Amino acid sequence: MSDNFDALIAALPDLRSGVFITLQLTVGGVVLAFVIAIVLGLGARSPRWPARVPSRILIEFFRGTSLLVQLFWFFYVMPLFGIKLDALLCGVLALGLNYGAYAAEVVRGAINSVPKGQWEAATALSLSPVRKLRKIIWPQAWAIMIPSLANLAVMLLKGTAVAYIILMHDLTWETDQLRQTTGNTFFAYGVGMIGYFLIAYLMVLGANALERHAKRRLGQGPPKGGLFSVRITDKATAAPMPAANAGGGGAGAGGGVV
Amino acid sequence: MDWWSWDRALEVLPELLVAFVQVTLVATVIGSVIAAVLGLIIAITRRTAPAFIARPVHAVMEFIRMTPIVIQLLFVFYTFNTVDGMTLGVIVLGVHYASYMAEVYRSGIDAVPKGQWEAATALSMSPARTWRKVVIPQALRTTLPALGTWVISMLKDTPYLTVIFVVDMVRQAENYGSRTFVYTESITMAGLIFLAASYPTSVLLRRLEKRLATY
Amino acid sequence: MPPTDSTAVTGQPAIRFENVVKKFGDNTVLDDLNFDVRRGERVTLIGPSGSGKTTILRLVMTLEHLTGGYIYVDGEPLTHLEVNGRRVERRPKDIARSTQKIGMVFQQFNLFPNMSVLENITEAPVHVLGRSSEEARTRGLELLDMVGLADKAEEHPTRLSGGQQQRVAIARALAMDPEILLLDEVTSALDPELVGEVLGVLRDIAKSTDITMLIVTHEMQFAQDVSHRVLMFDGGKIVEEASPDVMFTSPTHERTRSFLQAVL
Repeated sequence: MSDNFDALIAALPDLRSGVFITLQLTVGGVVLAFVIAIVLGLGARSPRWPARVPSRILIEFFRGTSLLVQLFWFFYVMPLFGIKLDALLCGVLALGLNYGAYAAEVVRGAINSVPKGQWEAATALSLSPVRKLRKIIWPQAWAIMIPSLANLAVMLLKGTAVAYIILMHDLTWETDQLRQTTGNTFFAYGVGMIGYFLIAYLMVLGANALERHAKRRLGQGPPKGGLFSVRITDKATAAPMPAANAGGGGAGAGGGVV
Repeated sequence: MDWWSWDRALEVLPELLVAFVQVTLVATVIGSVIAAVLGLIIAITRRTAPAFIARPVHAVMEFIRMTPIVIQLLFVFYTFNTVDGMTLGVIVLGVHYASYMAEVYRSGIDAVPKGQWEAATALSMSPARTWRKVVIPQALRTTLPALGTWVISMLKDTPYLTVIFVVDMVRQAENYGSRTFVYTESITMAGLIFLAASYPTSVLLRRLEKRLATY
Repeated sequence: MPPTDSTAVTGQPAIRFENVVKKFGDNTVLDDLNFDVRRGERVTLIGPSGSGKTTILRLVMTLEHLTGGYIYVDGEPLTHLEVNGRRVERRPKDIARSTQKIGMVFQQFNLFPNMSVLENITEAPVHVLGRSSEEARTRGLELLDMVGLADKAEEHPTRLSGGQQQRVAIARALAMDPEILLLDEVTSALDPELVGEVLGVLRDIAKSTDITMLIVTHEMQFAQDVSHRVLMFDGGKIVEEASPDVMFTSPTHERTRSFLQAVL
């Protein structure tokens, strides 16, 4: 066992750089996904078809084709058109587009679930469409969408492990290196999985704090489940499922966000 | 070089479809059955078992849900290196998605009105019979669409099996590319096959959800 | 107290409904409606639910799409105008210019939960009318004082009672200096003991300003006290039109009589 720990200590610099690659993919992917989610999410609920139809098509396309297909497309196909992308950029693009398409549905659903009266009151005050969306509707939709977006962000983090397939030296790759040096699968992969778990859990904690803040601004009570709970939402419809740690009370079980 | 050749697309299509049926579909179907059954068992365990069992089960599920499938596949592959990749892959997919489906069942079970339990108690039904005849049938109705969306999600995760050397459709597409030095058609066709399989299914699920909701 | 009839000066009513038709799908809610509201006049619409009263207010606020006919505000077409005998929709920018003169108070208050009470009131004056924030703030505090909530300026709207929220909503509408104020069943969502404070504020406003008001309410005493004219609606048409004194004491139409008997 002490051999394992010696190997672990020796491998720490590599593991650290692996975590760094994983974090780069995650942060880049989340930022891109968020931008895409806002653009496509707003586009998909536009009354004008030149905005709505392309948004809908892009959402269905990037949700419907697998993440790995999209990654390979950037990695193998783009160079054939003379666009050689760095592996990290390929990863960020594929992750951002894939999860951005899912997140667009979250954004759309959250905006739609802001009460109609809020839109009407803003109209009655003659606020411009942009100001209405930005100052009145968005802050309220934001509080609704945080748990679902956090779930997608965790899924995106898990998705970054595909980078291993295009031979990037991310956390998964370095985990496997540790297996080879220690010859102990259980130990090495235990370290790797705990690494992913910790990153994911930190993301959940951050999201819970964000949600608490957003709800306080709206004068609502703290979200149920508390700061440390992990809540699961439906990936495709982004409908919230009840808080994992809060017993009973099946609020919003099915299709709360349409 | 032309940037798209229908000849190549048609040439690669048969081998992609074979891999799709033999690996992608088989893994999704068996994986879904494992996930659906295991998920239900976990959901019921968490509701009925004493805390010293329910808590650890919950913690393990949370851990599985928050770590990548890819690393889970590699871990299981190197731990049980005598079992073939497809078998391991299907089990890993099934267990991973059971951690999601357990939550779906849980919300479905929570959504069964308290009055149903009370009515069953008033009729002196045994707990086992109440679960089997009253709660689960009602919970299943409401959870069906959500379970379905996780099945579609699993379908699109099957290419990860490639890390334990199972040649799925996407790996097949990549192999074709490395044989011919042209990846465009094979990878695009693989993506389109996924789209053709998942999009109609999700439309059907949405319809099913509406039908179940109006009832 | 008769309305200050400046119609004589400008020749234009505050609001004019001309052959107004509103359908929801196959359901005709308003059927060829014609009436004027003079400047400074306070008109109350009464009638059974589903008779189209609220729809009228929502059409004026452009919250509903006008199916047919025209609405004029200050003599200017609101959403549609006639060009060479054809009915065409106005540009959003032009519509916005007209709707700036109109304020509305809703049944459900609809305060913005992401803003303080004062921010609710100053948001539109600053960002729509282009007033300075100090100016808007001073005016906002004045209005809050007027509705008896000067001490709640920094409070969060969700912490207020329904009656207080509705008074803030009234102050918010007034902060835009509307020429026309639409009151849509403003007490219907309130607990009975909170109705009085809201109606009291509205009575004061009616007494001290000459804002044109179009009111939908079930509070018949209030309607009698503040309105110059009452219109009885049924099935999307005006059944009877009279001064409040006549309407509430000796209505001529049978439909009005049975309606008032049911609600009074």
